[in-house]
Amino acid sequence: MKHLLSIHDLDREAIERICDRAASFAEVSDREIKKVPALRGRTVLNLFYEASTRTRSSFELAAKRLSADVVNFAASGSSVEKGESLKDTVLTLSAHKPDAIVVRTPWAGAAELVTHWTSASIVNAGDGKHEHPTQALLDVYTLLRRVGSLDGLDIWIVGDVLHSRVARSNILAFAKMGARVTVCGPPTLIPHGIEESLPCRVTYTLDGIREADVIYALRMQNERMHDSYVPSLREYAARYQINGRNLGPRQIVMHPGPVNRGVELSGEVVDSPQAVITMQVEAGVVVRMAVLYEVLAGSRAPEVAPVPTAPTTTPGAA
Amino acid sequence: MSAPKLVRAPAPDATLLVRAAHLLDPRTGIDGPHDVLVRGGVIAEIGAPGTIVPPEGAEVVDGKGRHVLPAFVDPHVHLRTPGQEHKEDLETGTRAAAAGGYCAVVAMPNTSPVLDSAPLLRSLRDAAARDARIPIGVMPAITRDLAGAELTEMAELMDEGALGFTDDGRPVTSAGMLRKALRYQKLCGGVIALHEEDPTLSAGGAMREGATSALLGVGGVPSISESTMVARDCAIAGYEDARVHMQHLSSIDSVRAVRDAKARGVKVSCEASPHHLLLIDRDIVGGSGPEGAPGTSGALDTSLKMNPPLGDETDRQALIEGLKDGTVDCIATDHAPHARDEKDVPFEQAPMGTTGLESAFAAVYTELVVPGTLSLGLVVEKLTSGAELLGLPGPRLEVGAPANLTLVDLERQWTIGEHGYESRSANCCFDGRRVRGKVLMTIAAGAVAYRERRTALSAA
Repeated sequence: MKHLLSIHDLDREAIERICDRAASFAEVSDREIKKVPALRGRTVLNLFYEASTRTRSSFELAAKRLSADVVNFAASGSSVEKGESLKDTVLTLSAHKPDAIVVRTPWAGAAELVTHWTSASIVNAGDGKHEHPTQALLDVYTLLRRVGSLDGLDIWIVGDVLHSRVARSNILAFAKMGARVTVCGPPTLIPHGIEESLPCRVTYTLDGIREADVIYALRMQNERMHDSYVPSLREYAARYQINGRNLGPRQIVMHPGPVNRGVELSGEVVDSPQAVITMQVEAGVVVRMAVLYEVLAGSRAPEVAPVPTAPTTTPGAA
Repeated sequence: MSAPKLVRAPAPDATLLVRAAHLLDPRTGIDGPHDVLVRGGVIAEIGAPGTIVPPEGAEVVDGKGRHVLPAFVDPHVHLRTPGQEHKEDLETGTRAAAAGGYCAVVAMPNTSPVLDSAPLLRSLRDAAARDARIPIGVMPAITRDLAGAELTEMAELMDEGALGFTDDGRPVTSAGMLRKALRYQKLCGGVIALHEEDPTLSAGGAMREGATSALLGVGGVPSISESTMVARDCAIAGYEDARVHMQHLSSIDSVRAVRDAKARGVKVSCEASPHHLLLIDRDIVGGSGPEGAPGTSGALDTSLKMNPPLGDETDRQALIEGLKDGTVDCIATDHAPHARDEKDVPFEQAPMGTTGLESAFAAVYTELVVPGTLSLGLVVEKLTSGAELLGLPGPRLEVGAPANLTLVDLERQWTIGEHGYESRSANCCFDGRRVRGKVLMTIAAGAVAYRERRTALSAA
C-alpha cells in the first residue's frame, strides 16, 4: 500500500492487517524506551492546512516512535499565507525528499491530488469534509480491543454528519467490518442523498437508540447555529444529547474529540466507563504507527528486522 | 441609428469552391451533395456536384464525403477581455470558436472591469475590430458591476451595439430589480439573458447536491437553486410581457418550468450546454466517462467544475428531451477558460467553468447523433439558432446569404486536446475523449476563419 487516502481503498483484510500491526505496536508504547527502529532514516512530513493539535501530534509521536525524522509544516505563518498554491508548496517540500507526507487540508480530494505532485507516500489526515481514514481505523481498532469483533454490531453515528469527514470514513470502515450503521441527527445536518452513496440508514430522532451496541457522537460545532443548521445548542442537546437517561448500561460511547461536554454528550457519560474516548486517543498513536509502517515498509521486503510480527488472531480485550 | 451588432477584424473575402460536399441546412431544407461557391462575402452559387466552374483564382476544396453545414452561433461565451487575458483574449477566443465551426459568438460581461458602460463596450468593440477572427457580439451587464443593485445605461448601451443584457455568472437575485430591467426593455429592446441561481440555496456548493456530493462531503448546490429562479423569472417576464433567455439550464425542473411558461405564451427561450447534455455529477469522480462510478478515493476532475454544476442522469435526459420537443432552443457552450494553474488546485478551490468551443460539435455529434438520439439536422439547428434568439439573422446555406459555413468530416476520429487547443486555456471537460466529427474549415462572414492544420499524419 503506497498511500492511505480513503477507506474506500481498503478491504476488510487490509483494515484487519493494520489493526493487527497496531496491536503489536501497542506494546512499544508501554515500554520505558518507546521507540523501535522500524523507520529509522525515513522522513515524515506533516503538512497541515488546518489547525490540529490532536491528529498532528499523534502522527508526530507515531513517526518518532518508529524512529523516523519528522518535519512539521503548518499553513499558518508559512508561504501558504503568502499565497503559495498547494501544488507549489508540495513541489517545494518534495525537494526535501520526504518518504511520507501526512496531509490535512480543508478540501475534498486534496490528498489524492497531492499524490500526483510527489513521489512520497501520502497519508490523508483529513481532506475537507470528505474523509479522515486514520480516525476510522483507530475507531475500528478501539472497538476490536473492546468487543473483539464488529460483525453484527449496531453502530449509531449521532450529530453533524453533513460537515463530518469522520462520519464518512467511519460509516465505510464500520460497514466493511460487518457492522450495521445508522446515522442520526437533525435533518439539516444529514446530507441529502447519503443513503444512496454510503452504507447506512438515516433517522432523525434518538428513538431506537437503545438498540445500538455502540453510539458514536460527533462534535457539534458552535458556528453551526449561526448558519441556522440548528436553532440553538440547547435545542440540539435536548434532542440529540447522549446522557444518563437515554444511555443503556451495555452501550459503548465513542467520540472523535474534542468533546463539548453538555452538548453532544453529558458530562457523566464522558466520565463513565462506557465511554472509550481516551482509548481512542491512545489507539491514535499505535494505529498511525501501523499506517506509516504500512505505507513506508509494509509492501516491501523488510530491510529492518526488529519489527514485531503481527499476531495471527484478532486482538481481544487487552 | 445604432451600431452594427457584430464586429470582427478586417479579413479578405474568400473565393472558394467546395466540390461535391453534402450540404445540410435545416432552415433551407437543403440536404444532399452539391458544389458551393463562396465569393464576395456571400454564397454565390450552389449547384449539382461538378457543375460549378471555379472562377479565376478560386481555391478549390474537395468536399467529397464531407459535410458543409451552416456555421454555428454561440450566444454564450467568455472571452475574458478586458482584464483576464491570461485566460483568453479576443484573438485566441475567436480562433477557438472558428476551429469549432462557429461564425459568431457572444461575449459575456463578467470581465475585469465589468462591461457595464458605453465607453467600455466601445473599447471592447474597437479591440474586436482589430483582433476578432470571427464576428463577436457583446452582452453588457444588466446591473452595474453585476452587483444587482442599479441598472446599467441600457439604452445608451443598445445604441453602442449591445446585443442584449446579462449578469451572467451571477443571478439577478432581486425580483424587483429584474422587473425594472424588464420594464426598461420596452424602451431599449435587447434580450435579457439570465443566469438562474438562488444564492441562499447554492451558497457553499461546489457541485450538484446528491449522492456524489454526499459521498465526497463537498458542499452541494440543490437543483431547486436554479429551477425556482427559472419559474420565478418566467412569471415576472410573463407579467411584464418581456423577452427573457434562460442561460445554461441544468435541471429537469428548470426545463419543465420553461416548457410550462412557453405553453402560457411567455416570451422565454433557453439554452443547454454540451457539458450538461453529456456529463453528470458522478463523472467528476475518477475522470470523465459514463462508467465512472463513485467509490474511489476522490480524484476530482476540476475541469468538470462549472456553474451551474453538472446534474444527474434525469436532468441530462430532460435536457435532451427539451431539445427534441423544442423547449430548449439552442446549444450554447458557456465557454469559460481558466488558466492551468487556476484549475490545478483542489476541487473546492477551483474556479468554475469549462472551455467548449472547440469540442462542442464533435462531442455532441459523437454522443447524441451517432447513437441516433438526435438527428444531425436538429443538432445543427440548435448550434445555430442562438442567432435568431438574439435578433440576428441565422446562417443559411442559400445563394445570396452571407457566407457562414463550416466544412466538417463526420467520419474523422480524433481525440479532444490531442494537439492542444486554439484557446489560450485547456480546461476542457471533454479533454482526452475520443470523438468523431472534425471541423476542417470555417468561413465566417465571407472570410476563411479557420483551416485545419495539415499534420504529418493526415498529409500522408
